[in-house]
Formats: sequence, structure tokens, C-alpha cells
Amino acid sequence: MTQAEMEPDIDLALRTEALESLLLERGLADTKTIETFIGIYETQVGPMNGAKVVARAWTDADYKAKLLQDGTAAIAELGFKGPQGEHMVVLENTPALHHVVVCTLCSCYPWPVLGLPPSWYKDSAYRSRVVKEPRAVLAEWGTALGDDVEVKVVDSSSEVRYFVLPERPAGTESMSLEELAALVTRDNMVGVTRVAGPAVTAP
Amino acid sequence: MDGVHDMGGSSKHFGPLKALDRSEKPFAEPWEGRAFALTLLANRAATASNLPAFRHALERVPEKEYLANYYGRWLGSAEILLVDSGLLAAGAVEARAKTLRGEKGEEPADPEPHKPTMESGGGGNLRTIDAPRAFAVGDRVTTSATGPTGHTRLPGYARTKVGTITALRPAQIFPDTTAHFVAENPQHVYSVTYDAHDLWGAGSEPFNLTLDLYESYLERVQ
Repeated sequence: MTQAEMEPDIDLALRTEALESLLLERGLADTKTIETFIGIYETQVGPMNGAKVVARAWTDADYKAKLLQDGTAAIAELGFKGPQGEHMVVLENTPALHHVVVCTLCSCYPWPVLGLPPSWYKDSAYRSRVVKEPRAVLAEWGTALGDDVEVKVVDSSSEVRYFVLPERPAGTESMSLEELAALVTRDNMVGVTRVAGPAVTAP
Repeated sequence: MDGVHDMGGSSKHFGPLKALDRSEKPFAEPWEGRAFALTLLANRAATASNLPAFRHALERVPEKEYLANYYGRWLGSAEILLVDSGLLAAGAVEARAKTLRGEKGEEPADPEPHKPTMESGGGGNLRTIDAPRAFAVGDRVTTSATGPTGHTRLPGYARTKVGTITALRPAQIFPDTTAHFVAENPQHVYSVTYDAHDLWGAGSEPFNLTLDLYESYLERVQ
């Protein structure tokens, strides 16, 4: 039975409730575990983790070198590991080289550093287009890349998970780790945008 | 397997991108979080958390349902896994939904469980193997024109294209056999990099694209 074959007035919330009651009464799920799984991804695991990795790499050259050489170990050093992060590879964006990550076959995503994927990453338009016209995709999101910038697209087809280390924006030299991390968004770490610098106030 | 999920480069899916919303929450509605957790638990119960089997179940969700909603797709895959393993009868979820909204009706009896089993080399998807690598960085490689009928992690757009091995990746269980509980068949994995013009033709935007491909997908190009 599929949703398409079900009566149209059985919506997804009711279908979820039905599945939950069936699994609970068979002992295949329990409420505590369900709530633990939800809570982990609502509060503990998300792009704030990746932003800490980026801020550390921007301010500690030794850490950055380790991160690029053995992403899994360097990320675990900050306490981030788990499902969908078994083998992490970090890709450094520079003024001359821009990486962008996708999973065309499903929605593989580096959960320990970025959490669960956002709508735009799971959407058919992104999955279909970015492997064929990445410059057009990035431009549509306001990321203009000149002809002199090399573009590398990575399609996550195995259990290796990719994480983009974006460029540090100008004007951030005196910022603390926390201030730097606050500048970094999940889309920066997938490679669809660059990090916006701090707001400049007129003299 | 060919299907809606294999959408890289497929113009029928081209359209406007969704907005980048920095404040987007992991779950838009409470049911989505429950569907996420329940699907993980369903796959734990049905397959001992076989990740390729989960992906293959997602691929078997009918196209309309697959495209309609991401966590709806997860619910569909959970039902496929539970029915495949005999933990739930086909139609059990719909029948329970009707019961929950107060309709009187029969719910189907549980079938005999027939959970698939397979010898496993341990948790996770990475493995250490003794076999020497068949390829090295710099080798030119291609892939077969024939798409398998079952699960695969070779996207359709890369079939028969020629690329260059640019990195060696850790050995991993082979999704094509693991998804069907045949064997883990762990093997070496390679990053293979393609020039966009070799994938999409001379008129393509200039860029290159990297896939991580399992050793048995690859053939050497002289």
C-alpha cells in the first residue's frame, strides 16, 4: 500500500500516527527512543556544529591542516561523529576554486556537522540541476563565480561525506571563535554560497 | 535501478530552486520528526539497519509519492521494509489509520515474520579488506552501459563516461549486493573525476564533477 493508493483523506500525519501505534504495540518502537531521536536532531546536531569546525580552522593553522588531511579525526576532536559521518572529507574553497556538494541518488548529507538536510538540498531541482549546470544554480542563489574560478561538484555516491570549508571573509580579523561561527551557515558548508562578511557600518 | 530517484542531470526535474532559509528547522511539522524516528526504528527491526536496503526501499516508493514529500517518502519506505520482512501485513497502516479516525473495519492479521539475514562484518559501512586495489590515482576508467535492475550507486548520467581516478577512499560494503541481502562483498572505493564536457557535451558549462565509485563498477580505459 502506498500513499498514492491510499484514500486521499489519509494524510501523512495520520499515516505516521498509524505506523507509530502499530510499531509500539509490537514492541518495535518505544516512545522514549522516538523522542530521543527527534531531540538529537532538533537540539544537538545541526549546522552550529559545522560552524564551530570552520571557525576553528580559520583561526588555527595546525587544526586546518589536520582537518584537510583527516577530516573524520579532526571533526571528532571537536566531539562531532555519528551516523552519516563515518568518513569525512573536507574540501577547501578558495578565491580560485569552488566546491559544491550534492547527492543526486538520495539526500546523503554529513549529519554530525550539518544535521538533517534542508528542503532545498533534498529538492528535485537542486539534485537534478547542480551536476549539469552548477554555475547557473549558484548564480540563482546569488553566488556569482567568474570564469577564472574553477568549479568542482561532488556527488555523494558512497559512504564518504563531504563538508566544505568556506573562505573566511575580510573584516573578521579581530573576531572571536563564537563571532566567527555565527557568520557561517549550512549553505556555506555545502558550497552553494560564500560566507557573508560582518555588516559594515558607515564611518 | 532506473527510476525517479536517479535524477542527476534529468531535465524533467529542472525548475526553480527552493529558497535558502537559514532558519529552517529539521522538521517542518511534528509528524515529520516522528516519521524520521519511526523509519529508523522500522529499518532497525526489519533489516538490522541495512542502509542500502533502506535506500532501495526509498527507490521503490512510487514516483508521485516519492516527489510529494520527503518524510512521506520515508514513511513509504518504512512500510515497504516492514511488509518485505513480514513484520506487518500489506495494508496494515491504512487499516490502522481508519481505525484511529473511528471507522469500524478489519485490520489484517500479522504475517509470519521472514526477516532477511546476511552475514555482516560489523557495524557501519566501512570495512578493512586484504585485496589489493585494482586501480591507482591517475588511471582512466569507465563504467558499464547496463544499469542493474536492483539497487546501485552508479548514477545513470555517469554510465559509459570516461573519468580519472583522483583519490582513494576507504573500502566499503557493496550497496548493490548488500541492499538485496546477498552479501556485503566489501570492496575498494575511488573518487572518479569527470570533465563536464565528457558528461554533457561540448556546450556544457566548464566544471568538473567527482563521484565515489565502487571498484566493481569500473573498467580500465587504455
